[in-house]
Amino acid sequence: MKVAVLKGGRSLERGVSLRSGARVEDALGRLGHEVLPIDVGADLVKRLVAERPDLAFVAMHGVGGEDGTVQELLEILGIPFTGPSAAACARCMDKVQAKDAIEDAQREEPSGLKTPHWFAFNQTAFREFGAADALGRLEETLGFPLVVKPSRGGSSLGVRFARSAGEVPQALVSAFSYDDRVLLERFVDGRELAVSILGDQPLPIVEAILLEGDRYDFEARYEIGRTRFDVPADLTPEEERAVTEAALGTYRALGCTGFARIDLILGEDGPWLLEANAIPGLTDTSLLPQAAEAAGLSFEELVERILDLALTPQGVS
Amino acid sequence: MAEVPEPTHRRRSHAGTRDLERYAGLFAERTGVMRSSAMRDLMAITARPEVISLAGGLPDTSTFPPQSFAAQMTRIAQESAAKALQYGPTEGFEETKDCILEVMGAEGMLPDPDDIIVTTGGQQAIDLVCKTLIDPGDVVICEAPTYPGAIPTLCSYQADVVQVECDEDGMQVELLEQLLDDLRAQGRRPKFIYSVPSFQNPAGVTMSLERRRRLVELARSQELLVVEDNPYGLLRYGGEPMPPLYQLDGGDFVIYLGTFSKILSPGIRLGWAVAPPPVMEKIVLGKQAADLCTSTLTQYFVREYFAERRWQRYVDDLVEIYRRRRDVMVEALRDNFPAEATWTEPEGGLFIWATLPDYIDTSDLLAKALRADVAFVPGQAAYVDGRGSHSMRLNFSGVNEDEIREGVRRIGKVIAEQVELYGALTGERPLPEPRQEAAPNVVPFRKAGEA
Repeated sequence: MKVAVLKGGRSLERGVSLRSGARVEDALGRLGHEVLPIDVGADLVKRLVAERPDLAFVAMHGVGGEDGTVQELLEILGIPFTGPSAAACARCMDKVQAKDAIEDAQREEPSGLKTPHWFAFNQTAFREFGAADALGRLEETLGFPLVVKPSRGGSSLGVRFARSAGEVPQALVSAFSYDDRVLLERFVDGRELAVSILGDQPLPIVEAILLEGDRYDFEARYEIGRTRFDVPADLTPEEERAVTEAALGTYRALGCTGFARIDLILGEDGPWLLEANAIPGLTDTSLLPQAAEAAGLSFEELVERILDLALTPQGVS
Repeated sequence: MAEVPEPTHRRRSHAGTRDLERYAGLFAERTGVMRSSAMRDLMAITARPEVISLAGGLPDTSTFPPQSFAAQMTRIAQESAAKALQYGPTEGFEETKDCILEVMGAEGMLPDPDDIIVTTGGQQAIDLVCKTLIDPGDVVICEAPTYPGAIPTLCSYQADVVQVECDEDGMQVELLEQLLDDLRAQGRRPKFIYSVPSFQNPAGVTMSLERRRRLVELARSQELLVVEDNPYGLLRYGGEPMPPLYQLDGGDFVIYLGTFSKILSPGIRLGWAVAPPPVMEKIVLGKQAADLCTSTLTQYFVREYFAERRWQRYVDDLVEIYRRRRDVMVEALRDNFPAEATWTEPEGGLFIWATLPDYIDTSDLLAKALRADVAFVPGQAAYVDGRGSHSMRLNFSGVNEDEIREGVRRIGKVIAEQVELYGALTGERPLPEPRQEAAPNVVPFRKAGEA
């Protein structure tokens, strides 16, 4: 099969994407497929039309590759592709949209799925409508510390914790560096878990354990040696069930197919959804491959399974 | 968009994550301090052709005459092929040392050729000095901010790096004295003090003569080693030449590091170290263990190049080009950066250091700047402790004047957006009109006590 591997692009996560892409290319080659690596740029459509791949493996992260843009093009061109649909990608990428979708789903059919309370703003609200005057009230509702995040963005770039009202403006300036919309979110204390879902199968749960520094230090997550990942996470059967159900509920509410990774916090009062990643990293140290391996799937088997899922889309049940 | 070429052969099968964990148990402790970060990933984007990168430290190699390059390489091939392709002495060829003596002589230094070792770039010279002097936990003092490329080297030898603030006259030697007293009280003695006294990377500042004298005096009286890194000394665009620390000291307590990278080519990877004989003896052993000898081919190239006796003229040409680029960048900063910003106006070298209002984090700003296709180095890269997050290093040697203007304009625009946003968030409206006249915003560092 001729498989185009879409990678790179212009997003801030270009570096990770190139690594994910290279690893996928290797695996595809070993599986005997014809590999067409494409560093995505202005000639993407031209190349896809000329090369007519049987399938596109989307190994892009961040804006452009993970937000439904590339997926929409592939849908138009009629090329099957890996991972969630354009619409699902768009919902996952935008944390505000994702949280809205979760709450909508809860209104229709309550299942106990929770996401931390939040308020979202775009820059115009602050620049033109004096939204700053509403901050005091929000801070009262959310309490401190609170989390400020760009609505679209990955790898925790631009995520800031504000411990007091005085820190909020600066955190907002940082978050707005990555997106025109940001959210202020209630901070939920608990264990950081990631559930990767392949098709409709949840893989073993991964727990990120910070070895040093404080939990507000997001850089630590990306520095090898400062975070340990436990697979499978050490959870009671009840905890595991609750977390898995929350992840599957999120996956369905967002309309994901193929695969996705759902990040949650397990607080004293159960799991809270933080975000969904439509195209989780596939590098040597990424969580989806780790989870797959814990389930007994080699990287090649994981890639093969992802291809199968792309060619025979699963209904969202 | 550049395309990655199809691999001509299949790459090795990657290790699974479980395997990685198995290797992790084998890693040396020092790899724990070798860190990668999200910011490093961001820098992957600066390689895109549409990005104007003011982030690198690249000299301009485009004016080096290709015919001269070709002639020298031809001569080497015809006259010295066998030797140029052979191993050479670990210390480097005597002929290379003659070239080094010429370069150092141009700044008034007269080292003994036996005190010189030719290294694979100035970076290896730093590495060898660290290898020779640092045990895990040893204190090394350097400037704040310091050369970002020195930090991973110091960290990989597990040094305890302490940084001393700079101002417009370089490292504040008064603060250094205080620090040395404090360390002595703790029973600790720094292994060396690392300094780039002239046109510092990244700050662009130059240490005053008074401070140079005081630093050398301190080194001599307390028997401390100073490592003077001087890659840019000959690239002076204004002001009076300053004697290198090495010259003031005479080479007893100053280890001197030099390079051909900025006056000829970084691609030839030729640098050197000058050290007192007992230290040099260990450095040579360290070099032998690292790579036996520096490339003989490029040493021959330098020899041929210096034989043409035009190297100083080439440096003069570079000085003209870089002076104009510096002027263009300073002017662009005045036109495009907000009133609250400050920056250095270096008398030489390759870099300007700009500091923005406290509420702007330059790592986040870089993300925004990259969307506008422009890059710089966030200030944090020049500190070991997370400071510097409101500053940035801007390079003016690696891109042409139009690109400098456009690059600074783009950065200015994203800064202006953040200033305006912060104003809207806090009710502190920024000054609406741009700077009236070219006020010299050359207070490079905040004074102690200022917010």
